Amino acid sequence: MIDMTVKIPGLELKNPIMPASGCFGFGKEYAQLYDLSQLGAIMIKATTVETRLGNPTPRVAETSSGMLNAIGLQNPGLESVSNSELPWLEQFDVPIIANVAGTTTEDYVEVAREISKATNVHALEINISCPNVKKGGITFGTDPAVARELTRAVKEVSSVPVYIKLSPNVTDIVSIAKAVEEGGADGITMINTLLGMRLDPKTGRPVIANITGGLSGPAIKPVALRMVYEVSKQTQLPIIGMGGVTDVDDVIDFLSAGASAVAVGTANFVNPFVCPEIIGKLPERLHELGYDSIQELIGRSHRL
Amino acid sequence: MIKQERMKVVDQQSIAKHIFELTVEGSLVDEMAEPGQFVHVRVADSFEPLLRRPISIASIDKESKRFTMIYRAEGRGTQILADKRAGDEIDVLGPLGHGFPVEQAEKKAFLIGGGIGVPPLYELAKQLNSRGIETVHILGFESKQAIFYEEKFKALGDTHIATVDGSHGTEGFVTHILNELPHDFDTYFSCGPTAMLEAVQWAYPQKRGFLSYEQRMGCGIGACFACVCRTTKSETDYIKVCSDGPVFPAGVVIS
Repeated sequence: MIDMTVKIPGLELKNPIMPASGCFGFGKEYAQLYDLSQLGAIMIKATTVETRLGNPTPRVAETSSGMLNAIGLQNPGLESVSNSELPWLEQFDVPIIANVAGTTTEDYVEVAREISKATNVHALEINISCPNVKKGGITFGTDPAVARELTRAVKEVSSVPVYIKLSPNVTDIVSIAKAVEEGGADGITMINTLLGMRLDPKTGRPVIANITGGLSGPAIKPVALRMVYEVSKQTQLPIIGMGGVTDVDDVIDFLSAGASAVAVGTANFVNPFVCPEIIGKLPERLHELGYDSIQELIGRSHRL
Repeated sequence: MIKQERMKVVDQQSIAKHIFELTVEGSLVDEMAEPGQFVHVRVADSFEPLLRRPISIASIDKESKRFTMIYRAEGRGTQILADKRAGDEIDVLGPLGHGFPVEQAEKKAFLIGGGIGVPPLYELAKQLNSRGIETVHILGFESKQAIFYEEKFKALGDTHIATVDGSHGTEGFVTHILNELPHDFDTYFSCGPTAMLEAVQWAYPQKRGFLSYEQRMGCGIGACFACVCRTTKSETDYIKVCSDGPVFPAGVVIS
């Protein structure tokens, strides 16, 4: 019997697989397709204090083995998420990780304080890495001192453990990771998307209305893996790794690099059943590799 | 119910300039009901290209468990799709979205389509006809080489063709034909470029109409928020074309 469970602050996961924030809405669409209780956890779409309508369209563009998006944190706002989306998710036996976004420290604090009170929210993911909004988002994630202070402020008000979602759009991701560790973070989720753009060859104009967008999909996996490896080596914080995960071997890679759990993002758009499929294949793959538990695999790349 | 299935290619034909007609078979057809719904097709098992392609359903044959898609092969993904031959398999997710409400038509309906917006109107015309509704088809294309299904539509009702270059039928757009036709219908259904949908709404402000919209999509099931449009309801109201639509009543979507 393979032990698929993972225990990290706030989260007792039946398996290490969860859909990444922004790629799964609030679960309703995928609940038409399979039982969400199969998932290790769900990272719900970023929530801000007020309703956000997001960016103009086109918001997505395909690239080589990847895609760009600039949705712009569209969400119904804190009140609606707390009163409608989260209660709806209670029918499933699955812990929720609430993604928190904002434009000011006060925004983050307000959302964190309120949303962490929900009974099914077991952890927060603080989004200091969204590249697609003009204010806030990534500006909190690129300066270590700012990231540390925001972490402190959120930690003070949150009723559940706090994970900080890091941006890859920095020179030294380890310095940001160390800063949020000092700020009292309970864990790290990484990576958010890589800032990129695509032009229309006929007109020369950017395809995405926002001009730039965040790159995701298989194209970014090597970057994500390298960053998880570096951060896990130099901080003590548990990591939920993500970036281009599409199959069970990608999951093995992220666990080996030092992640304790793995989120699946863009692949949900390509194959909406990808999360339960990976969960189904994981025990056999572990067995083939000669392991009895997820735990044994975590960080094995550092031990070689 | 939405299903994902590896469906068998039964037939693929080039039916006009860059236009292909692809017929596939599988149990997913059992789930198809409304004309105007679409499928999301993965053209390769690799991640190149990565995303699925939304393609409208042109006709449904429940008995043989087959359905036909008509698409324009102009991008990477659709060009790969155009190489599929009978016996190949393709990964289809569907049926997706909400289609045309056939029960809204009373006696006579105008079906107005432009270019690659024409295909879903064919299944719509078939279903309206089978309910005893008279259908008039007003179809616009770039040129004579781009026209498809003219005879098939003619078999179902009055059919008027416009071409931008005047190489066949009326020169210009579908609106040039609409200007000449009596307003003796109760409901119109339309699918085509956004500019055409706008013009059609302007032409018939007093009529009951349903329009099928197009937007660049990601997931196709409503989760990614790529294909949103504002609505006339309020400043903060929006719809997702893929899952709330692609068909909406006239006067709702701000495109």
